[in-house]
Amino acid sequence: MDGGGCSCYVPGMIPAAAPAPNPPPTLTVSGTALVADASGALYEPASGALIVADLHLEKGSSFARRGQMLPPYDTRTTLGRLSALLEIYRPRAVIALGDSFHDGGGPARLAEADRERLAALQAGRDWIWIAGNHDPEPPAGCGGEAHGEMRLGPLTLRHEPVAGPAPGEIAGHLHPAAKVSVRGRSLRRRCFATDGARLVLPAFGAYTGGLNVRDAAFASLFEPSAFAAWMLGDEGVYAFRLAGLRPD
Amino acid sequence: MTLAPPPPTDLSPLPDRFQAWFAARGWTPRPHQLALLDHARAGRDALLIAPTGAGKTLAGFLPSLIDLTEARGESVGIHTLYVSPLKALAVDVARNLERPVAEMGLPVRIEGRTGDTPAARRQRQKRQPPDMLLTTPEQLALLIGDPGAGRLFETVRRVVLDELHALAPTKRGDQLALALARVRALAPEAVFVGLSATVKAPDELRRWLVDPRRGAPLSELVRISGGAAPDIAIHDTDERLPWAGHSARHAMGAIYEAIRAHRTTLVFANTRAQAEMAFQELWLLNEDSLPIALHHGSLDVGQRRKVEAAMGEGRLRAVVCTSTLDLGIDWGDVDLVVQVGSPKGSSRLLQRVGRANHRLEEPSKALIVPANRFEVIECEAARAAALDGQQDADTVKPGSLDVLAQHVLGVACGGPFDEDALFAEVTSAAPYAALTRSEFADVVAFAATGGYALRSYERFAKIRRTKDGLWRIANPDVAQRWRMNVGTIIEATTLKVRLARVRRAPGGATGPAGYGGRILGEIEEYFVETMTPGDTFMFGGEILRYDALIENEVYVSRSSSEAPKVPTYVGGRMPLTTDVAARVREMMGDPARWGALPAQVREWLRLQAERSSAPLRDELLVETFPKAGKHFIVAYTFEGRLANQTLGMLLTRRLERARAHPLGFVAGDYALAIWGLSDLSALIGAGRLSLDALFDQDMLGDDLEAWMAESALMKRTFRNCAIIAGLIERRFPGQEKTGRQVTVSTDLIYDVLRRHEPDHILLRAARADAARGLIDLERVAEMLARVRAHLRHVPLDRISPLAVPILLEVGREPVYGAAQDALLREAAEDLVAEAMGDAAP
Repeated sequence: MDGGGCSCYVPGMIPAAAPAPNPPPTLTVSGTALVADASGALYEPASGALIVADLHLEKGSSFARRGQMLPPYDTRTTLGRLSALLEIYRPRAVIALGDSFHDGGGPARLAEADRERLAALQAGRDWIWIAGNHDPEPPAGCGGEAHGEMRLGPLTLRHEPVAGPAPGEIAGHLHPAAKVSVRGRSLRRRCFATDGARLVLPAFGAYTGGLNVRDAAFASLFEPSAFAAWMLGDEGVYAFRLAGLRPD
Repeated sequence: MTLAPPPPTDLSPLPDRFQAWFAARGWTPRPHQLALLDHARAGRDALLIAPTGAGKTLAGFLPSLIDLTEARGESVGIHTLYVSPLKALAVDVARNLERPVAEMGLPVRIEGRTGDTPAARRQRQKRQPPDMLLTTPEQLALLIGDPGAGRLFETVRRVVLDELHALAPTKRGDQLALALARVRALAPEAVFVGLSATVKAPDELRRWLVDPRRGAPLSELVRISGGAAPDIAIHDTDERLPWAGHSARHAMGAIYEAIRAHRTTLVFANTRAQAEMAFQELWLLNEDSLPIALHHGSLDVGQRRKVEAAMGEGRLRAVVCTSTLDLGIDWGDVDLVVQVGSPKGSSRLLQRVGRANHRLEEPSKALIVPANRFEVIECEAARAAALDGQQDADTVKPGSLDVLAQHVLGVACGGPFDEDALFAEVTSAAPYAALTRSEFADVVAFAATGGYALRSYERFAKIRRTKDGLWRIANPDVAQRWRMNVGTIIEATTLKVRLARVRRAPGGATGPAGYGGRILGEIEEYFVETMTPGDTFMFGGEILRYDALIENEVYVSRSSSEAPKVPTYVGGRMPLTTDVAARVREMMGDPARWGALPAQVREWLRLQAERSSAPLRDELLVETFPKAGKHFIVAYTFEGRLANQTLGMLLTRRLERARAHPLGFVAGDYALAIWGLSDLSALIGAGRLSLDALFDQDMLGDDLEAWMAESALMKRTFRNCAIIAGLIERRFPGQEKTGRQVTVSTDLIYDVLRRHEPDHILLRAARADAARGLIDLERVAEMLARVRAHLRHVPLDRISPLAVPILLEVGREPVYGAAQDALLREAAEDLVAEAMGDAAP
């Protein structure tokens, strides 16, 4: 973090090497191995698919329409993060699990530069837009193909988790986040929520917040004894059992 | 409003009615009252500086009362505008003015306007304005943004600003300065008078009061000097003085005796925790059942008003309070002020001491009770400074850009504006005198579209420049939303504390059986976060059990336990002021002066000199020593908690880079201690770590930038600026549950903005705030410059006497320096191994 990058030289001080990032853990959902990246994306090595949820592109301009002038750089930031991931994983397909745009008018408000960025990311690979409640219609003029939901081996990919047991379901929508207390200090981070049977991805978008996994919205989805929140740190992903998590 | 018995003077400046009224009471106008009258009649703005109890308020209003009686027959609008920082003060002043007005039969209508004023009356006030309107900065800002502002304010002839010293250096002061610039534009004849306690730099307030475009750069100055010197004692004890801590428990018996021996006592504490503790201890000792009450900012408003009323009626013998009673209503009967713990600054001490005995000619009586050994020295320093009449410098700072953004939008809500004309008006307000035209353009652009380099929001603009060149609001919605967000006070998120009406339902606290019941007050969210159900804590003078958090309310029940499990909650901690810090440094650095200190303190300093070194003046004493398997470095800066915290953050970064493996640090008012795994004495001894380099001023360059950028403190500051500037909207009670899609966390906005537009106006505003308020950068810079080449390093084989108090603070402070990831990793490790049975490769 402040290794060799700092331009000030202090005699008698030796810059330390930056710590090696922890390798991303591999989770298993319904027997399928999935790599949980600290960015909040999920990689399925067998098919080479990279899954991201809740990009909420153009959320900034959506707020601006109503008079809250949030910085108009959220789409650029989100696509930039995605671009970095594609460099690492080089996936054959990218699957966006719904709410890819914050509202139906989002694709039309996309700045030309961002539209080009998006097209560059899509080049040479499959790109799938799963429908979400914010964007039930396929995003016009944004390439890719659109689906209501889809299957990936034993996995079912959809935006909103269904009520009751759903083995093999990979969903988004809920924006899971978890809070822990460590040494008197409380930390709240986005997280993957899973019990090994199904999984909910954290929201990937630059302006997306999180809902605490202790919230009632999660209660009916998971088997509590098998539940873990995989919290996103800056350098790694860290697992916590339900009992160790705090409500907000 | 107390007036002196007469030295006879010529009464001719007063109209007959007033002369008769004064004479009937055996009073005579004071020279300062006549001086203000002269200035007012000549149309000159003036600053009145007076200690409490000098009849400031009447002096401020006398010219208005006379003018209204003589010059105006019929009521034609607001003649006098009065602004006070406190709602309660506005109400109290209205009440105090009613008496002379009624007794003299003056044709004057006086009304208050605060957040509590019913909507119907506010509407009526706009249609039929009173002669005198008594209000607060926030209400004035709202009126400025009203389309009727022109009509409402064009009649103003006098503006009276109370407690100006408390308002001017704050963001509320910036807001007020801007609103007043507008009032002056609408009512060019208005004459301003500021009322202030004694301040270090009166010229700053004099500059604040005038429009430099129209004459003298400074207002007239009227001073009431002197009064009797206060009688300030410092509690000495035979009991063992604690090394650290702030409870002052050892002195409660003495405080109780002092209360018994006086008519009415105000017991000031620095934090709510301290006040709670003192209140409880006093009640344990209260064999005579003296009426003693508690007053602090977390208590329910109704409860506070009751205490104030009882105090006003003279029914209480003592009130234990915090800074909530620093300013405000005069209680004539207070004859003793007790200060528990160090007052931290001489201005605060003088202000509090002045609460006793509002009669100028008699000395105010005060007792300071040091809570620990170090505080004895601090208290001596503060007393010496107070007796010298030394005030802390609380300077007027350059006006905040976020406040200006709110104002610009407000002006547009009131009516169309010309950008150049508004710039001229804004820069006539002292805090914005140095604002550049391009900064102002940035602020206007921000108010319109967010002011981003990527100009993609033009079509959503809140204000637009129309063909006539004037800026107008785009639609009425803009004004509606602006009104909801006016103000510069951003409260920490607090939760209501509710005493569950029914006993807890068996088997759980969250059942409906516990719902309902009395609200006791509010506590900060972060304090609740540290507790788990079943924990006990002290609040409102009783020990409560934390049962549950339901929505945004904390449900509690009374507990029978003797001592609370969660000892304190912080709140209102104050850093040591520069002047008192300098006196402390001088006192400690000069063994010849130790004789004046109590024996226990003297012995402590003597041991320190013997085993290590006294912290001599103009030197920075740095000790390194091992303790319990860790290595400590302690620097005695005497620069206050904020500056030490900043220094601690920066030094920790540097030690990390030097591979000294720092683990954490703790900052106190006079020292900071960092601990780690490497033997620092050895590193320094071997020349592998240079102290001079470690403390070099260049840490205020890149290290500071890097730290500020990622620190939580900066994010909190940014959040406040974003709310004040109107980038995001305030959340109101009941609105909390609007869901995750509706609000965007300012932390996320901060990250995105910092990456893409690091020079955006809101980031500039946040950085300025952080630098001057939260991290005390100026003091760090001055200290580093002062100690250059004056570092005294003393390697020790064990902890020094002077280091004991600061090390006792370890563990009471949150962990710093360690990255969040390290904490997560530490807590998560076990789980990763067992989690899901198939963890990472």
